Amino acid sequence: MTEVIATNQTILVVGGGISGMTAALEAAETGKKVVLVEKRPYVGGRVTQLYKYFPKLCFPTCGLEINQRRAKMNPNLTILTMAEVTGIQGEAGDYTATVKISPRYVNDNCTGCGDCATAVEAEFDNEFNYGLGGVSKRKGAYLPHKMAHPQRYVIDPAIIGTDDAEKAKGACKYNAVDLEMQEETIEFKAGAVVWATGWQPYDANRIQPYGYDRFANVITNVEFERMADPQGPTGGKLLRPSDGKEAKNVAFIQCAGSRDHNHLLHCSRICCMATLKQTHFVQDAWGDEGKSTIYYIDIRAIDRFEDFYQSVKANPNVSFIKSKVASIVENTENGNPVLHGVDTEGYNRYASEYDLVVLAVGMEPSVDKASFPVDIVVNEEGFIEPAPENGGIFAAGCASDALDVNRAVQQATGAALRAIQVVNRVAGTEG
Amino acid sequence: MADEKKFAGYICTGCGIGERLDAGTLEQTASRDGKMQSCKQHEMLCSSEGVQMIKDDIANDGVTHVMIAACSRRAKVEAFSFTGVALTRANLREGVIWVRPDTDENTETTQEMADDYIRMACAELKSMTIPSASGEQQLNKNIMVVGGGVTGMTAALEAAAAGYPVHIVEKSGALGGHAANYYKSIPARAPYADPQETGVEQMIAAIDSNEKITVHLNSTVAKTAGAPGRFQVQIATESGSSDELSIGAIIQATGFSTFNPEKLGTYNYSASPDIVTNEELEKLAKAANGGPIKRPSDGKEVTSVAFVQNVGQNSGNKGELAYHSGIGDLVAIKQAMYFKELNGDCDTTIMFDNLRTPGAGGEDFYRAAQEKSITFTKAAVTGIETGTALEVKFKDLILNEETSMAADLVVLDVGMVPNSGPDPYAEPMETEEGESAEQEAPQVSVDSILNLDYRQGTDLPHLKHGFTDSHFICFPYETRRTGIYAAGPLRRPMDMRQAADDAAGAAMKAIQAAENAGQGRAAHPRVGDLSYPSFRKDGCTQCKRCTVECPFGAINEDEKGYPMYNEARCRRCGTCMGACPVRVISFANYSVETVNQQIKNCEIPEEWDEKPRILVLACENDAYPALDQAAMSGVEINPWARVIPVRCLGSTSLSWITDALNSGYDGIVLMGCQKGDDYQCHFVRGSAMAAERMGKVGDTLESLNLEPERVVVHEVAITDIERAPKLINDMAETVEKIGLSPFKF
Repeated sequence: MTEVIATNQTILVVGGGISGMTAALEAAETGKKVVLVEKRPYVGGRVTQLYKYFPKLCFPTCGLEINQRRAKMNPNLTILTMAEVTGIQGEAGDYTATVKISPRYVNDNCTGCGDCATAVEAEFDNEFNYGLGGVSKRKGAYLPHKMAHPQRYVIDPAIIGTDDAEKAKGACKYNAVDLEMQEETIEFKAGAVVWATGWQPYDANRIQPYGYDRFANVITNVEFERMADPQGPTGGKLLRPSDGKEAKNVAFIQCAGSRDHNHLLHCSRICCMATLKQTHFVQDAWGDEGKSTIYYIDIRAIDRFEDFYQSVKANPNVSFIKSKVASIVENTENGNPVLHGVDTEGYNRYASEYDLVVLAVGMEPSVDKASFPVDIVVNEEGFIEPAPENGGIFAAGCASDALDVNRAVQQATGAALRAIQVVNRVAGTEG
Repeated sequence: MADEKKFAGYICTGCGIGERLDAGTLEQTASRDGKMQSCKQHEMLCSSEGVQMIKDDIANDGVTHVMIAACSRRAKVEAFSFTGVALTRANLREGVIWVRPDTDENTETTQEMADDYIRMACAELKSMTIPSASGEQQLNKNIMVVGGGVTGMTAALEAAAAGYPVHIVEKSGALGGHAANYYKSIPARAPYADPQETGVEQMIAAIDSNEKITVHLNSTVAKTAGAPGRFQVQIATESGSSDELSIGAIIQATGFSTFNPEKLGTYNYSASPDIVTNEELEKLAKAANGGPIKRPSDGKEVTSVAFVQNVGQNSGNKGELAYHSGIGDLVAIKQAMYFKELNGDCDTTIMFDNLRTPGAGGEDFYRAAQEKSITFTKAAVTGIETGTALEVKFKDLILNEETSMAADLVVLDVGMVPNSGPDPYAEPMETEEGESAEQEAPQVSVDSILNLDYRQGTDLPHLKHGFTDSHFICFPYETRRTGIYAAGPLRRPMDMRQAADDAAGAAMKAIQAAENAGQGRAAHPRVGDLSYPSFRKDGCTQCKRCTVECPFGAINEDEKGYPMYNEARCRRCGTCMGACPVRVISFANYSVETVNQQIKNCEIPEEWDEKPRILVLACENDAYPALDQAAMSGVEINPWARVIPVRCLGSTSLSWITDALNSGYDGIVLMGCQKGDDYQCHFVRGSAMAAERMGKVGDTLESLNLEPERVVVHEVAITDIERAPKLINDMAETVEKIGLSPFKF
């Protein structure tokens, strides 16, 4: 049974992505007891799957390393992975959280030696690479990525009951593999809650005219990010999924499913900068042979980052077309996607062929607005409103709006303070 | 007995260490060469049993210094965490067995590698002392907020709500800042359809009635001395009186100034009073007092208004802004709604280039504007003609034609310029007319704001475009002055809702800084580190390199030119240590000596053994984790390499290089982070300082008559999983080519 020591002066952080980690660390480093609940087997969330950050083109794992070290060294912080908050009862200063913990089948004896992964034969699509093109596989016993924290292997529930599971158990010299592990539900107290459940990429299958579900060479921006990463499924090579051909002529479609009454109403803020960044991947991979074309409604680089937009605009290998692409068809002879639409600057129709199309899909809140396990004010788009009615529950990061990393971190830092205000009030009355 | 040291070594034989290496030999090495007073093996040292064994030895046998030979220092950190002892880790797993092939012919060199790492760890441990807080600090919970606008007021209220006393220092005679003159603000809550009340008056009232908040109006900061936890701040008032405050941490919320469009020919701003900036429009709207907004020239009710967006922003022209306010389009929508509210069916046209209404609230607000029949035209404005009426000439970018429209009033969307005091590191102005493409951000304030009594200048250093931060993606609040946090439009342009959120974040960092300073604990990124720099005064030559090179301006000089470290301002990177030519600066558990001992205690084989030694100094934040990940991937590292992690490459003492060469190392590889404008160094300037200093290594090599390629400096990122080992292996090839060092004997 997982034991958590928590009181009404404990801060519960729901979600261990960059926002949740930030809120948890800032509070813990101020001397507060924090319990961080993360659904994945590791912390860091979606930034772990990004190759580079805009606009510095630096590596997300660099900041992640610092944050993980902060987490490892802080005794005030308890991290529960593979755990989900299923209910929160009570009021500010006196909440009871119900948390469901899924079995990892590996306990904290795990040394991260990797013998279980070597022993296991079954392979599965690697969710870390969004299963890109079905080519990216991981073992049935696996460490989700090389910097995963906690550095503890996971056994896929699908191999439980098979020979593979026994092989994993047999290979472990440290009694770390526990095939009897069961899902458990625990309850503990918390004075305040930081809700940082983040975002997920909008389901591109739903944008039917773009044929994401039909055309192998239409991928999403998050998949392209994995493709560019040397640790990703193609070893960092920009190869299109259908035939492994070098993707040199790449189209980016902005607002794919965003600013659209049929899909997401909101602007996801990050996609323009993400695409501008990804044109660098094309440039870096192919030099002057790499061509990027961006189909956009408005380029929203936003404030300080506008100079990054200006620098990309100055690159002759990057073109900008103001147009909402109407549809994509496939040239069946070569597998090239063909984009159809009208360039609104001058109203010219186009039918343009590319090696690869990247859909700049937007962010939608990870938690569906109808299924929050707690009474909380959510807006039409599904983001948590900064409402006094939320009591001691404070949204951080992309649970509150579509935000880039710097805004998410900024906002999460503020959320940590608001949680501290509540537990300090509790301390004042209790202590 | 504080001085009584007891050294204990613990060797883990798990994870294949016991199979690949001779643990008996390792133990012997630790005892005989490493002089560990006790040495134990355990088959799984990180198990609760193994950890308990160490804890028991600390509690019962008085062990003060612990050497753990197991996995990387990045693994099992929680298990191997003991309070009140000095600790070192010999990396036998990621550092040795995982990077060497498991074949018979490699057994000997693999064992040698492991034995060396144990010798090195023991030698390091021998020269460590147990870090403890200096005792210089005490808890001071007072927070000073400079600036009484929305950001400053919010920061004050938020810090006070957490129980911290706050002093607001405001230059003008009233709180409220820009927003006090606004008619309304951009909505901060759903349904994001109409401008909302600014709430400024309520905030001022809340501050007035909050007993934790003291407001100093008509006041400026005349001097800020000290460090987090013990800032002494002199407040000067307009009347000439002054006040001295003891402060724990500081929030600078000095806001922004609006860009002055006078010099932009296109917009003819000076030619007509009916061409106003967005900020001036707020005053007109407020002055209308609920009635229709009137144009300044003749008081006529405005029946048509054109909003010209992106004025003097995103520009490559000198004297204009290279960035954008980001909020100008939301402001224009809000102001267009004023006209729809106050001026009946006034024509409102927003002429934009890229409409920036991000997020959920932004896009909702845009849609609300369309429903209110506000016209949006994608346009490039080419001129504004003044005469009996204003005529805005523009190219309609959708219809692709030159056209114009008449308007009673034109509102210019001008950008926000941060009110950051003078940058301590600004290059002196060039007097000659150079070809410099570098544009200068328009300076609005040259007066110091904080008047820091610091060796390296009076105010927060700028990063880019005058914004005062240092790691704006991952750690947006980090400035280069510990315990002083920038908030609001000082960090980047933002609206009131964002500024309020930002203020809460800055208040969070400020109370954290005060708390940690009170305990002598380091601030980000080595949070909680109790070690701090101290120096041996009798060896110091007062050369001032440490005081000049500290990336955080932490070090002052006393009247004789000796350094004063102000440890609460220190981030513990060790750049001062690397700067010191006479090696007198040290931390309890990290010093010239702790590394030097590692270098010296690695066995240098005799020349005829033909086993070179390559010293690798790797930044522990990026290069070292890259090497760990390489090990996890099974990438091979040359068996001649001996890797020593450093806090920052900036802490590298030139003496390490000289001593290593003199001891017979054949090659040296230094791995630090990317430097330059887009630096990735967590300590901002550490890797740059290292590169600069290592530029002088050539002289050392020359004086020793050694080949220059024996010492290389590389920028290594945490993602260089293949490359980092390759750089080491390349050095092995170089040594193979040029031969062993002649300094072996």
